[in-house]
Amino acid sequence: MAQKITISPVTRVEGHGKVTIHLNDEGEVIQSRLHIVEFRGFERFVQNRPYWEMPVLVQRLCGICPVSHHLAAAKAVDVIVGAGTGDGLTPTAEKIRRLMHYGQILQSHALHFFHLASPDLLFGVDADPARRNVITLARTPEYRELAVQGVMMRKFGQEIIKATAGKKIHGTGAIPGGVNKSLTKEERDVFLKGKDPLNADAMIDWAEAAIALFRDFHKKNRDMVDEFSRFPSNHLSLVGRDGALDLYHGRLRAVDSEGKKILHDIDYQEYLDYIGEEVRSWSYMKFPFLTELGKQDGWYRVGPLARLNTCEHIPTPRAQKAFEEYKSYTDGRPNDMCMHTHWARLIETLFAAESIKLLLEDPDILKDDLVIKGKRQPEGIGLLEAPRGTLFHHYRVNEQDQITMANLIVSTTNNNQPMNEAVEQVARKQMTGQKTITEPMMNAVEMAIRAYDPCLSCATHAIGRMPLEITIYDRLGNLIDRKSR
Amino acid sequence: MEKPVIATTSLAGCFGCHMSLLDIDERILELIELVDFNKSPINDIKEFTRECDIGLIEGGCCLDENVHVLRDFRSHCRILVSIGECAIMGGLPAMRNGISVRECMEEAYLNGPSVRNYNEGKVLPNDEELPVLLNRVYPCHEVVKIDYFLPGCPPDAELIWKALTALIQNREMDLPYDVFKFD
Repeated sequence: MAQKITISPVTRVEGHGKVTIHLNDEGEVIQSRLHIVEFRGFERFVQNRPYWEMPVLVQRLCGICPVSHHLAAAKAVDVIVGAGTGDGLTPTAEKIRRLMHYGQILQSHALHFFHLASPDLLFGVDADPARRNVITLARTPEYRELAVQGVMMRKFGQEIIKATAGKKIHGTGAIPGGVNKSLTKEERDVFLKGKDPLNADAMIDWAEAAIALFRDFHKKNRDMVDEFSRFPSNHLSLVGRDGALDLYHGRLRAVDSEGKKILHDIDYQEYLDYIGEEVRSWSYMKFPFLTELGKQDGWYRVGPLARLNTCEHIPTPRAQKAFEEYKSYTDGRPNDMCMHTHWARLIETLFAAESIKLLLEDPDILKDDLVIKGKRQPEGIGLLEAPRGTLFHHYRVNEQDQITMANLIVSTTNNNQPMNEAVEQVARKQMTGQKTITEPMMNAVEMAIRAYDPCLSCATHAIGRMPLEITIYDRLGNLIDRKSR
Repeated sequence: MEKPVIATTSLAGCFGCHMSLLDIDERILELIELVDFNKSPINDIKEFTRECDIGLIEGGCCLDENVHVLRDFRSHCRILVSIGECAIMGGLPAMRNGISVRECMEEAYLNGPSVRNYNEGKVLPNDEELPVLLNRVYPCHEVVKIDYFLPGCPPDAELIWKALTALIQNREMDLPYDVFKFD
């Protein structure tokens, strides 16, 4: 009998995303879809607002990584006020923004690893789902220390954001052409020498320990970690000078599944020449692609896995060492192993912690040359690497300084097709010919989506694990079975 | 004595209010000793399994299903709290009020510079799997009775902590002026 299976994580039932899987009479998966069921209308309702509101306005898209939107909008607005792109600002402004950004990378990646991934790694993916969450972690004496580390690492990142942006969530630090404050010596010293554990050295050590924790898990679960939801794809990200990993600024590069460059370090002000988006009727989220390769073949991954495939080295010593080990595992070829995203994310966490320390030690962050302006432009584009991947902001303004056009391609949108591929692949593997839906099947679909840390559900991941509901209908739409956990 | 039970949800919000709750930092470990959580994004409880003492609502209503979830919270929670600007007055998503839904959709899916050359069929998302957008964004108190309002975008972690612990311990709230941030 033909079946339709709906998987709706609870928080997604409340308005974020859900999965439907259709089976034919032979029990084969004929269609699977991840539907994004949120629509806000930012592109339209920010029109007619003054452009300088964008950095504080558009960040309200997302309270989980608002700094990404705050800074991407600010970078676009920099271009509009004639301050140039990325490295056109004063050294103080650029470094304060970088500090803010790496503070956010640290808190967001730490949240993902400690609050979400570590319960899976420590209790095992087959453990009782009721136990697999950070509350249980905190209540288990031997893991309480790790839970506390997670909380403190997130706190450190949030405090960096507060010191540079004024608030931990939806701050105001970046303004057109610069920033509105730098750090005082006292503010800086707290982060450098603060009472244990609140200092940058502790963050570096904890990030390194987290990599070791993952590698230990990898050793014990090699098949699952290497093969689960693995598929080849293109990879896209910004890269810094000399191909260095840089999450704040760079040029746009894409490589194919063999590592061949298919987008050659272009200036992102010209992104429209290279990137388009497809609309499909069953999702509010669009499907970006490289126009040269077309809708069918031009899709790509973004995020930690993609970034470590596009970049050539990491400009901080301990993260570079971890990167070399990571690259040697695939003999330098692009890594398409979905679960290795966790590994890549932790290497970036270490890079963020090291970058924060370097920036804190830089005397420029104490200076007060904060803003520059140049010749006013009618249009600006700002890109950066958010925790989950490349983020695009594009604005046009009229003579009265009002926004006339806003275009946003957010990280999770860039990963739309990869997440759909992941669901499709897992559904085929797990559900073909099956009449009843089991907990491991639900868990598999959940894990495939979760590896992308999609923003649509990362708050779900904040403390616990993603709840699922699966409903099976017959061909006529009659309910046959429902399972939730 | 039984621990008080808390439920939370994010409707048309950005999860920033939930993140601000996490910004109580180490005290989150204290909180999980003080209360039990029922239906919430932070655990796997999909439907209410019992009556709750406190329901925390982030976000206003912009989809039909936001309204269903909000009514469900009202009928299961003794005390309902609107947390943050979106729950209290629609917040930033309510900037679309006064603009037609169609105009918002057309801008996103037909006119945007990265879609305009690639949407030959003029496709707008309209699948039956997608929830329906309301004509405008509604604040929560226009849909159900709300007992407390905690302002801010997001409310300061201190404000959430002080208000929540007062409710949990059945005390009068003592909220100093400096924990209120109306931004």
